Amino acid sequence: MIVINQLTKSFGEFVAVNNLSFDVKPGDVVGFLGPNGAGKSTTMKMITGFLQATSGTVKVCDYDIEENPQAIKELIGYLPEGAPAYGDMTVAQFLDFIADVRGLTGAVKSARLKAVVSAIELESVLYRPIDDLSKGFKRRVGLAQAIIHDPKVLILDEPTDGLDPNQKHQVRRLIQNLSKDKIVIISTHILEEVTAVCNRAIIISDGVKLFDGTPKTLLGKSRYHHAVTVEFAQMPDSVESLVGLAEVSGIEQHDNQVTVFSDNNSIIFNDVFNHIKNQQWQVNGIYAEKGRMDDVFRELTAMGAHR
Amino acid sequence: MNMTHIIFKREFSSFFSTPVAYVFIAIFLIMSGVFTFYMGNFYERGQADLLPFFNFHPWLYLFLVPAMAMRTWSEERKSGTIELLMTLPITTAQAMVGKFLAAWSILGLSLILTFPLWIMVNYLGAPDNGVIFAAYIGSWLMAGAFLSIGICMSALSKSQVVAFILAVVVCFLFVLSGTALVLDVFKGWVPGILLDTIASLSFLQHFEAISKGVIALKDVGYFVILIAAWLYAGLVIIEQKKAQ
Repeated sequence: MIVINQLTKSFGEFVAVNNLSFDVKPGDVVGFLGPNGAGKSTTMKMITGFLQATSGTVKVCDYDIEENPQAIKELIGYLPEGAPAYGDMTVAQFLDFIADVRGLTGAVKSARLKAVVSAIELESVLYRPIDDLSKGFKRRVGLAQAIIHDPKVLILDEPTDGLDPNQKHQVRRLIQNLSKDKIVIISTHILEEVTAVCNRAIIISDGVKLFDGTPKTLLGKSRYHHAVTVEFAQMPDSVESLVGLAEVSGIEQHDNQVTVFSDNNSIIFNDVFNHIKNQQWQVNGIYAEKGRMDDVFRELTAMGAHR
Repeated sequence: MNMTHIIFKREFSSFFSTPVAYVFIAIFLIMSGVFTFYMGNFYERGQADLLPFFNFHPWLYLFLVPAMAMRTWSEERKSGTIELLMTLPITTAQAMVGKFLAAWSILGLSLILTFPLWIMVNYLGAPDNGVIFAAYIGSWLMAGAFLSIGICMSALSKSQVVAFILAVVVCFLFVLSGTALVLDVFKGWVPGILLDTIASLSFLQHFEAISKGVIALKDVGYFVILIAAWLYAGLVIIEQKKAQ
């Protein structure tokens, strides 16, 4: 359990994190979202004990970060921004060093090392200096380092930054496969990631919390939520007639595409579908929209910037 | 395993995986040879001792030790690994001591590797081996003091070059603080007792006292306290500056 209460961090005049409060329960996989400079990394640095808060408290599993930082550091696995690692060491040496620090010994240590190396597929680079690795591999070494002691709390600052689509998929699968009683906090710019792995999303901007809820609720805020997009073979002249349907708030045209927006979150797919059938329009495709994450994100954070 | 020990192990092997240790040891051995035989007139003096060898150590350390110490914290801060280190369950003090001991061991190793000189002087004459042993201990302690200054300066700046220059300047002041060059600046306007204090901070004085064969508590204590004080200062600095 992580309890963050009225956390504030300022650097001189600049307030990076402003009165931020939230709880995270075991089993929560939190997607921590926000534009660059929103205070995501700063918050993570305070939870992991790297930065001292200007005011407010951080509690991890009943330990206070001010009073008992070592105990908290033992519980947390942390991937800092940019995945820093000792470049002169080989991957094997580096992971061995981290395992030592994490207090792993003997058979447990070799078993954990083996499990992590195979889960993150580091076998091919195990004996190469970290300095010589590609960006993607460096990131994965950072990830391996964070999970080596099977931590109760996992904090990952942009874990998929710089990875190719296959590697991203792999990292997401890894996070999904973590046991269900862990606390995971992931910061990311990639919104699809949140729907893919998180069961909770927190959006901050300028250090202020703007949204805290499930990714589904977040999608519900989108004007594309329950909208229907139709791809026409040829755009019919009377397409405007769609606006006349019950509970349709409006339409938007793009080339041969029309998006029909729903009013009050009602499901309008059937009505639209029947209307198209009645009009005998030729369509190439028709699908229901779930909502567009980037749309909501822009709307929320732009609002935040204007306050 | 103890955290200090783990840090020590990592730092020590890192000295060898980056060629720092090899370069340092090679240069140290070559330079001390050059100093002993050419500038110290080892043969011409006709005395069976290692005085010409030890006399140049402060000057050798003045440049070599800051060069070795400069990366200690600068590199951690520059590459961002300090965030990793400080969020592992390691205290800053453990990291500091581990780093210091690793570099100090390399210095000790360099000194040990000058053993052919000791054998040679025993072959050529009958030196007082007790004095030589004391001088080795004194030299190692003094190297530790240089090192702790270098590590503290490395905590101050992300730039290794700045750390190096600062360390050389501070070390230079400590080497010379008993000489006229430094004392003349203070003479006349500082009270005598402060002048004595400044004079007594000299590396040279304490090192010479030990290398005469007397391992006195006062001289050993001086170096030990100095090491502890500079490392503590470095600790305070790095706690303040780690995130900048």
